[in-house]
Amino acid sequence: MIPFDVAYYRPSTIEEAVQLFSSLEAEGKRPLYYGGGTEFITLARLGRTFADAVIDLKSLPECRILSVTAHELTFGAALSLSTIEEANSFPLLTKAVREIADRTARNQITLGGNICGRIFYHEAVLPFLLADSRVVIAGKEGISEQSIHEVFEQYMRLSPSQFLVQVKIDAVYNKLPYVHTKRRQQGNTGYPLVTVAALKKDEKLRVAFSGVCPFPFRSLEVEERLNRKLPLDVRIANAIEALPSPVLDDIEGSANYRLFVLRHALLDVITALEGESA
Amino acid sequence: MKSEVILHINGEQRSTVIRQADTLLVVLRHLELTGAKPGCLNGDCGACTVLVNDTPIKSCMMLAIETVGQEITTIEGLHDTAIQRAFVEQFAFQCGYCTPGFVMNAYALTTQKPDADEETIRKWLESNICRCTSYQEIEQAVRSVLVQKKR
Repeated sequence: MIPFDVAYYRPSTIEEAVQLFSSLEAEGKRPLYYGGGTEFITLARLGRTFADAVIDLKSLPECRILSVTAHELTFGAALSLSTIEEANSFPLLTKAVREIADRTARNQITLGGNICGRIFYHEAVLPFLLADSRVVIAGKEGISEQSIHEVFEQYMRLSPSQFLVQVKIDAVYNKLPYVHTKRRQQGNTGYPLVTVAALKKDEKLRVAFSGVCPFPFRSLEVEERLNRKLPLDVRIANAIEALPSPVLDDIEGSANYRLFVLRHALLDVITALEGESA
Repeated sequence: MKSEVILHINGEQRSTVIRQADTLLVVLRHLELTGAKPGCLNGDCGACTVLVNDTPIKSCMMLAIETVGQEITTIEGLHDTAIQRAFVEQFAFQCGYCTPGFVMNAYALTTQKPDADEETIRKWLESNICRCTSYQEIEQAVRSVLVQKKR
């Protein structure tokens, strides 16, 4: 049970949503944009988040788009993960979202909720980091489209009044070889010890991680080290030295165990993408 | 903050007053639809699974007010369906606490995915937990319905 009162709003346009946020703030309220609601309800029940108004974005047509053209794929932020899974328009994304939570939960969790939420794994963002995607963001200043690399640095750098509308990728990324692996401590539905997503473009590996550090990341330094023409174990050891922060050490797994799992995951991923030449 | 709402549940219109912060599970149980069970209340166990517009949803993880204008189906809305009979025939329960949630999920699976392969069955059933570990029998119940549908 949520131990505080919440007013629920369901706007039907982007402008209405942004306006609602401003007017609620002006009334001294603390509004929150709302997608599937699973994270909000979980954290609210535990007293770890608060909002006295939620603005449900699921009725905004722009947030529900799933479009595939010859040049571009567009994913609305209010699409459920299971909708994306069923559509299978970007196979690496399909694989990534299929490993998040469980099937029934994925009927509710939205793409935007996973990428912009507070729970730090944000595994749905990994394919978009690899595909140099563009994000459409709405806020008081209007609607803008930016590179994901300008906005996602450890987490989505949105102001409270902004929300994610869409994520777009060039269609070329849809056809590249890819690997996605998620290693858990146990079971098939929990958080990762290590998740590695990778694709190969122009004979170079691109690799993004979740569960390794307290934030998901794609590091050009790590990629450069993984792409050097050296023995595979040396490339992996060099890449691990360039991780952007100390490795997570928590109840899911110790830092040493995560590193052990990471080495093996990278070995499998690179071997799969490079074959015998690895 | 409270609202008077009309919810469409099991083919009926139910008028009720709810807190806007109430989850669907809380509201269903106040309406004496107690088939959806409170388990973990954290979206993990699936004991509270119902269908919203035919899609399985963990009712502890959805605000009731979100479902205004949508069709809700609870275990009380299923009557002598193939999956219910299969659960009985396959002894797919012991204490029965998780059963309504499993049945709702399995009902959606068997009606919407009649050609479900092993991977699909496994992925869908991962959404529910049975503390009595009747997993094998539950899976058999699902398979038996899918086999019947293919005949």
